Amino acid sequence: MDLSYGPEYEAFRGEVKAFLDAEWPLKGDEAKLDLQGQAVAFRKKGIAAGYLARSIPRHYGGSEQEADSLKAQVIREEFARARAPMEAMGIGTMMLVPTLLERGEEWQRERWVEDTVLGNTAWCQGYSEPGAGSDLASLKTKAELDGDDWVINGQKIWTSGAQHADFMFILCRTEPGEKKHGGISYLLLDMKQPGIDVRPLRQMTGGADFNEVFFSDVRTPKDWIVGKRGEGWLVSRTTLKHERNSIGNAAQAQGTFRNILKLAKQSTIDGKPAIENPAIRQRLATLEGYVQAHVYSGYRQMTAGLRGEDAGMIQLMNKLHSTNIGQEVAKIAVDLLGDGALTDPSQGARGLFAGPENAAGWVGQYMSSLGVAIAGGTGNIQRNVIAERGLGLPRDYFADAHKR
Amino acid sequence: MDFGLSEEQQLLQDTVAQFLANENDPNQLRARFDAEEPHDETFWKGLMELGLGGLLVPEEHGGAGLQMIDAALVAETMGFAAAPGPFLGHTLAGLAIALGGSEAHKRAWLPKLATGDALGTVAFGEEDGSWLPEQWSVGGDALTGTKCHVPYGAQADVIVVGTKGGGLALVAPGDGATIELFEGVDRTRRLYTVRFDGAAAEALPDGSDAASRTRDAALILLAADAFGGASRVLAMSVEYAKTREQFGVTIGHFQALKHQLANMALETEPARGLFWYAAHAFDEVPEDCERMAALAKAHVTDRFMHVAREATEAHGGIGFTWECDVQMWFKRALFDRAWLGTPGTHRERAAQLAGW
Ligand SMILES: Cc1cc2nc3c(=O)[nH]c(=O)nc-3n(C[C@H](O)[C@H](O)[C@H](O)COP(=O)(O)OP(=O)(O)OC[C@H]3O[C@@H](n4cnc5c(N)ncnc54)[C@H](O)[C@@H]3O)c2cc1C
Repeated sequence: MDLSYGPEYEAFRGEVKAFLDAEWPLKGDEAKLDLQGQAVAFRKKGIAAGYLARSIPRHYGGSEQEADSLKAQVIREEFARARAPMEAMGIGTMMLVPTLLERGEEWQRERWVEDTVLGNTAWCQGYSEPGAGSDLASLKTKAELDGDDWVINGQKIWTSGAQHADFMFILCRTEPGEKKHGGISYLLLDMKQPGIDVRPLRQMTGGADFNEVFFSDVRTPKDWIVGKRGEGWLVSRTTLKHERNSIGNAAQAQGTFRNILKLAKQSTIDGKPAIENPAIRQRLATLEGYVQAHVYSGYRQMTAGLRGEDAGMIQLMNKLHSTNIGQEVAKIAVDLLGDGALTDPSQGARGLFAGPENAAGWVGQYMSSLGVAIAGGTGNIQRNVIAERGLGLPRDYFADAHKR
Repeated sequence: MDFGLSEEQQLLQDTVAQFLANENDPNQLRARFDAEEPHDETFWKGLMELGLGGLLVPEEHGGAGLQMIDAALVAETMGFAAAPGPFLGHTLAGLAIALGGSEAHKRAWLPKLATGDALGTVAFGEEDGSWLPEQWSVGGDALTGTKCHVPYGAQADVIVVGTKGGGLALVAPGDGATIELFEGVDRTRRLYTVRFDGAAAEALPDGSDAASRTRDAALILLAADAFGGASRVLAMSVEYAKTREQFGVTIGHFQALKHQLANMALETEPARGLFWYAAHAFDEVPEDCERMAALAKAHVTDRFMHVAREATEAHGGIGFTWECDVQMWFKRALFDRAWLGTPGTHRERAAQLAGW
């Protein structure tokens, strides 16, 4: 075992640092651009230098580097340290781009990959419907061919970022005669057109990041389909074997832990720093056991990836383990806040969970730690996956009902 | 960057696992568990023939000269099999002498401990429930005082005793020590109370460094044992869920039980990296070791205890019987959790070590 990066990667780190020193923050005219413009301008430099969009072929605007999880990790560390933007965050870069690279048509990749990674184009994910959440394949939104267009009718819900998105990737029922999973297609559509009605849904935090989206006779060209008709379910499950970010997930857990520790140091209980309270110390150290387990599980998975080995059951646990950690952080936080937990979260600076002065931010985290636990597969669904695929227990009776 | 096992480490673990599968299957284990005779010398001799007597003893003194991660992998395998016997105390005694002993101490004891010709143990616990070097009170040139929960104290040829001021001393039991069996819950690791009344003792010259390193080693080995034990009770419960039928189907069909088992897996599997890292830190990242050893012992032994309780429940009525194998691991969990201090004690230490 050796957790150091070794001379070759430390030399690479030196190159990345030198690049960042020279290029970020931007200088001259570029420094006068708005934040979004600066991010785009800088990403282009990062791609040209081979540090961003590494798994994307040059032809589609990427830097086409050989897969190297360690280099990718060094880049993430140094970019984070310099607070420099990486590829545009969000569902487009995370899900659509890998899907297009694996399953898309040439023209689709040429048209969308680069702009999505640069942040010029924003996407939203149209999967969930009022009647189709965990049981996603029961979705009903319909798309029918009319000449050279698909015509879409129906409703999506919980669509994050629909109000800002340029395009949506959407699962629709296109083959009415087919069984549940076989009747679905993966379509792309322009969000800026008549017939689309985006209505914000107010979250429990008071903010409105997700939406209901209604479709009445919305049109999208016949060839804006990824994969073949009826293959949408498979397409939506595709993920690329790109540089795995198992440590990144762990770094996030460590970051959250540092924040709760800071909160404990700055809060008081009975007039004394909360960090001196024996019960709080126990809870923090108990939580840290899980955090460290998560961190070193990340290194284990990264090593397995580098060696080309199967890391085993742990790969099915990352989401639930990390959202459990997030929820425990939240619970400790409201105890530390005391009457700060009476604060309206909508007034808070999001994501900056500093000290007790940002009670609103912490109350927001108390709630949104549940949002992340629900989104993209609830805890129970994760437990089903661990039990069935990890432990080899029988599939759910009702989940298999359509096969009977 | 490589946080995985080497081929040699996998081979070591496989070899021990294979031996234990043959020589300590659940029936053999149960016989040892139920036996009046506290120590199965034949089984122990088999382990010694595999070279497990001197894992941490330097090669120049006849040991394998391996690292803590290797010893931890063996401890995990022993925990998985609930292997009975003095492995823990014996390994720690060898390490303590190697780290803190004089040349004469090393020459006198290490080769014999490595081959198993002599049996070693450690005496750390005290009557007031304290375990840690700074709390030890037994002392004097002729040792007086009582040490509790000493593994295989009556069988040991040499006892490494934690002494007042946080040092270590060697005692070869004989005059000046009375040794009584403690009626312990974990019958796979028998414990003794040792009363010293003017026993001849030889202080280890580097005893105080060796004491804190040996404490960390013990915490890591307990965490590793607990990980192995937790994996085993999980596996037993999953197996049971696939065979036991109720309502016309195997009980693994019921989602409540599936989720209980998934939670047990989630409590167990991520902890593997934690004990690996604590063990790795012992040799390679000394500045992290003390704290990570404390966190690992607290976390993993707590997880083992929890998973053992869940496993008992997952077996229904049979789970509550002496006949059910789970109970042997349940008791092993009680040992791993309490021996050398509770999770709470080590969490508080971890808090202090971080300057909280
Ligand atoms: C913050 C946030 C952002 C989101 N963003 C998007 C987005 O951008 N695009 C998108 O398409 N969707 C999005 N979602 C939707 C999300 O994917 C769904 O909410 C989630 O999959 C659960 O579906 P549901 O809401 O219909 O709940 P349900 O499926 O109705 O679940 C309700 C409860 O029943 C349990 N349950 C359901 N089925 C089972 C089962 N088989 N076994 C055991 N328990 C079960 C669940 O665990 C849950 O506790 C978002 C959700 C949130 C909270």
